[in-house]
Amino acid sequence: MQDKDKTRRKVLIGLTSAVGLSGLPFAATPFIAAWNPSAKAKAAGAPVKLDVSKMQFGQQIQVSWRKQPVFIIRHTKESLASLELSLSKLADPNSDLISEPYKGLFPTRSKSSEYSVMSGVCTHLGCAPKYFPEVEPKSWDATWSGGFFCPCHGSMFDIVGRVFKGVPAPTNLIVPPHMFDGSILTIGEDKEL
Amino acid sequence: MSEIAGKLFSWVNDRLPIVNTFERHLSKHPVPSKVNFWYLFGALASVVLIIQIVSGIWLIMPYSNTEEEAFSSIEYIMRDVDYGWVIRYIHTTGASMFFAVVYLHMFRGLLYGSYQKPKELVWIFGCTIYLAMMAEGFLGYVLPYGQMSYWGAQVIISLFGAIPYIGESLELWVRGDYYISGITVSRFFALHVVALPLVLIALVFLHLVALHEVGAGNPEGVDIEEFLDDDGVPLDSVPFFPYKVLNALVGIGVFMTVFAIIMFFFPEGGGYFIEMANFQEANPLVTPDHIAPVWYYAPFFTMLRAVPDPLGGLIVMGSAVAIFFVVPWLDRSNVASIRYKGIYSKIALVLFGVSFLTLGYLGTVGVTEVRKTMSVACTVIYFAYFLLMPIYTKYEKTKEVPKRL
Repeated sequence: MQDKDKTRRKVLIGLTSAVGLSGLPFAATPFIAAWNPSAKAKAAGAPVKLDVSKMQFGQQIQVSWRKQPVFIIRHTKESLASLELSLSKLADPNSDLISEPYKGLFPTRSKSSEYSVMSGVCTHLGCAPKYFPEVEPKSWDATWSGGFFCPCHGSMFDIVGRVFKGVPAPTNLIVPPHMFDGSILTIGEDKEL
Repeated sequence: MSEIAGKLFSWVNDRLPIVNTFERHLSKHPVPSKVNFWYLFGALASVVLIIQIVSGIWLIMPYSNTEEEAFSSIEYIMRDVDYGWVIRYIHTTGASMFFAVVYLHMFRGLLYGSYQKPKELVWIFGCTIYLAMMAEGFLGYVLPYGQMSYWGAQVIISLFGAIPYIGESLELWVRGDYYISGITVSRFFALHVVALPLVLIALVFLHLVALHEVGAGNPEGVDIEEFLDDDGVPLDSVPFFPYKVLNALVGIGVFMTVFAIIMFFFPEGGGYFIEMANFQEANPLVTPDHIAPVWYYAPFFTMLRAVPDPLGGLIVMGSAVAIFFVVPWLDRSNVASIRYKGIYSKIALVLFGVSFLTLGYLGTVGVTEVRKTMSVACTVIYFAYFLLMPIYTKYEKTKEVPKRL
């Protein structure tokens, strides 16, 4: 075979392979896309509504949105005033490291001056932190002034979900989009956002 | 009659290489004449693989892979299916025993330099088997949809979230839902019972073909190919069948006894083989007070936890497994076996073993300040064993290896 033919054959093999390979992403699309959340899963992840007016002061409740815990806390004036106490322990007091939807609105980090709304999923590896509102020495912190403690890897947050320094969790608890219509709280949707 | 059978056999053999394959890989396959018990664990691993495949097929039959029924179908297997509890405990005990024999098999590799030239590919296939096994074990642990299935999977899938930019969408894509739901369970089921077993079997095949090409090692690190008889068979070798097979049968007998004792009397292994929280159905709203991985992931879990940053933890944990792949190129020693290596290699291997076991223990208990420091120290030792290997294996005084076994 002549050199010219060899070159021609190489070009043809190259072109055929390239055309063949260009089909690969098309063929792979259905297999990859089939792993996305289905229409049914998306519908089940729709926003949830609840009436928060019956909550006691200082009480924390947990609702399920997309089967993930969302913490709602009705703060007392004292507890909001005492947020200053743990300020020096916080890693990111103004939530600069995350995209905070209601930044600088209220100390509660939510759209309300009284209620905090935050995802109950630890920003370390997704466990649900536990609520310990009492101001008393704890085994994990002798100067505990109330907040959340994650049982999995020992991350700590204050009562509005701001992360402490030197714990595994890298950021504050995430505040999900939400809106208040009187005392009706909708989690997962905010028409103003 | 026997004439007909003989004719039938040769008819088949002309079309399928039965005699050739049998002779090449069994009856005439030469293996070193002197090995010790460390050389049993490969055979034991293949026994457990068969046990897992058979018991697994039987578990698929009554198991239900939906969110509503997954947990209750396990209880159904345990209570209502005749001997269902035996089959399930065979499979759960098998999982732990698989890792036990594979860890010992891998340690044998480090002990006697079973990765050295020309066995690099055998070692790499082996490391890939271990990686596939870790995935297989994780996926299987999610299937009962108990509390530990759920929260263990939550932690592992969140690791994807630590990857910059694509992390969160990747997490959603892996789960196929906003939480670990029936959708996640059923896709994990497909991967656990079809995809990964196929990969595992293919890898085991490659591991063995590559091993038979280059020949098995021995605790002396002697190259038996140096002295051959007139037929080209190594003088210091015996045929695999019957010598190695009958020898392994004794080991398999002892192993099966241990297996049966665990399976019948301690199937939960004190919470290390099946964690107690997994006897409760998954509840996405309540995290168990203490999340610990099963024992065979514990060392890597401790490393993950030792690093404060999730991405850093992920990288450290991934590197801890990945570093095994390059061991053939880290060891610069002129001898293979620890028997002829110098004092540095011996100290390094002991420190490595101790740090690995300590990391394993730390992964199963809660975090305290002291334990956190220990985790970091052991992680450093673990990596130092590998990263300093090119230095201490090169600059130590080794003993001369004998010519013959």
